[in-house]
Amino acid sequence: MANALDGVAAMRLAELKDPANVKQVPTRNGFGEGVIEAGKRNRNVIAICADLSESTRMLGFKEALPDQYIEIGVSEQLLVAMAAGLASAGKIPFIASYAMFNPGRSWEQVRTTMALNETNVKIAGAHAGVSVGPDGATHQAIEDIAIMRCIPHMTVVVPCDSIQTKKATLAVAEMTGPVYLRFGREKTPVVTTEETPFELGKAQIFREGRDVAIVVCGILVYNVLIAAATLAKHGIDCMVVNNHTIKPMDEETIVAAAQRCGAVVTVEEHQVFGGMGSRVAEILAQRRPTPLEFVGVHDRFGQSGDPAELIEHYGMGAVAIEAAVRRALARK
Amino acid sequence: MPTLTPQRLTELKVHANRVREGIIRALLAAGSGHSAGPLDMADVFTVLYEHVLRHKPTEPEWDDRDRLLLSCGHIAPVRYSAMAYGGYFPVEELLTLRKFGTRLQGHPERVRLPAVETTSGPLGEGLAQGTGMALAAKMDGKSWRVYVVTSDAEHQCGLHWEATMTAAKFKLDNLIAIVDRNFIQIDGSTEDVMPLEPFADKYRAFNWEVLECDGNDIAQVAETIEKAKAVKGKPSVIIAHTVPGKGVSYMEGDYTWHGKPPNKEQADQALRELEAERERILAHG
Repeated sequence: MANALDGVAAMRLAELKDPANVKQVPTRNGFGEGVIEAGKRNRNVIAICADLSESTRMLGFKEALPDQYIEIGVSEQLLVAMAAGLASAGKIPFIASYAMFNPGRSWEQVRTTMALNETNVKIAGAHAGVSVGPDGATHQAIEDIAIMRCIPHMTVVVPCDSIQTKKATLAVAEMTGPVYLRFGREKTPVVTTEETPFELGKAQIFREGRDVAIVVCGILVYNVLIAAATLAKHGIDCMVVNNHTIKPMDEETIVAAAQRCGAVVTVEEHQVFGGMGSRVAEILAQRRPTPLEFVGVHDRFGQSGDPAELIEHYGMGAVAIEAAVRRALARK
Repeated sequence: MPTLTPQRLTELKVHANRVREGIIRALLAAGSGHSAGPLDMADVFTVLYEHVLRHKPTEPEWDDRDRLLLSCGHIAPVRYSAMAYGGYFPVEELLTLRKFGTRLQGHPERVRLPAVETTSGPLGEGLAQGTGMALAAKMDGKSWRVYVVTSDAEHQCGLHWEATMTAAKFKLDNLIAIVDRNFIQIDGSTEDVMPLEPFADKYRAFNWEVLECDGNDIAQVAETIEKAKAVKGKPSVIIAHTVPGKGVSYMEGDYTWHGKPPNKEQADQALRELEAERERILAHG
């Protein structure tokens, strides 16, 4: 049977190194670089911050483009609604705070003033996931993908490393429409290179394989690549799909990966209910029913701890991913 | 000095009366919706559309138009009626209110009817969007103004005060908020449900210019808006004291008319009362 992935080669990535040697940069840094570049390319791009300019990496924008920067203090509902007003008058606002508050606190404003109102606002949700670490559960957004992807017109993007976050920031600045862009706090492995292509809505094959397709988004891509390398030594050949655009999702690549491998594992730093994996399940249930395993947070809240320790504790480390692959394989 | 000639004042009073008629007819046709608020704001919307706003009804997306936002989207019938009588669309379209396929949604939607500027209904969001628009105008050196009509009860929303603080920070003297101070909300009097007084002091404490007027006196509304336009260096709020259900005897001052439409018999009586009032205005000014 023809497969949409026939002839598609895996993308060239950075050399896969062990955690001690891999280059690590926070994804938020990529956002900070990208938003400055977007603001220089188009003076209608503005940045609005709610008292978190340093940690959301908007400080550089404030310094480079002060006339395009707005500080509004701790008012996350205002952050969205005011940005919608600015967008109605032709601006392209990037609004930054922690994902827990933006869009966590402002969901109804996002729905009404951004999505239903069709305004060109870009939400930058920083510090997503349990990898925020010591701040604890109150600041660990692990429901944000679910509450954004259910809103009509919303584009949802979860880039995998700092380089890709910069590319994604520039890409969403160019498109017209409401966007949720999610990124994290901690230094995480840089797996792509400056040359790795990026296209909104187009999932990327990071590793070719025939036994199980691992569909992943965000900072867990590295753990997935490590798991795939380990599994390969045991004769299990995994495809790795970097599924950075949660909405609109690249259905053709997902279906083709399921068709080729016959079993799928989804991996995300988010609740398994309602997130990226849920969307994959929706697609496959309708188009190609396939055994599916979900790696993510299973209906629990986070807690304080070291980021790596929390990723392990909540079952998102490389070993847990390997186990999920074996479960999926056994169900083929 | 009065801003309106006696003749113009009479014309506007008749216009407001027609706007009220449009509200009653639309609500009757819809079979649901809010009565008291739309009726009490007919004078303010008449002054805005017919006297204050820089706008082009046949070119609603004209770049340099003043922006009029209705934060309390549930009183949309008054806006729709004022727009219809102001030349934005045929008056008969008012009878499509709340019906399938209409541009006149139960709560306004910008995408379906761009001239409403924002999608509104969820309370407390209008001033925040108006603050963004007014700031955009300042950033781009534009001279258009932003008017935001709000209800009194939506001042119970936290977001509204986030916007109030922010508009003062950015000295948005191109932003004028107009509050429909009718003291009613769904569950009763605003002062019983969640007291808003001292209302004017709250705005003063947030560094706004505060003006008050009788919101059902067209001449006063027009003069007060002119005063607000002259304020420099800070946003202005006009507390428009209104009588809920204004113009229909059995609705006036009765909070139970906040969220329901008249039936056929009630609507007929309302239309008779409005017609009699129109004749009185034409006879006596």
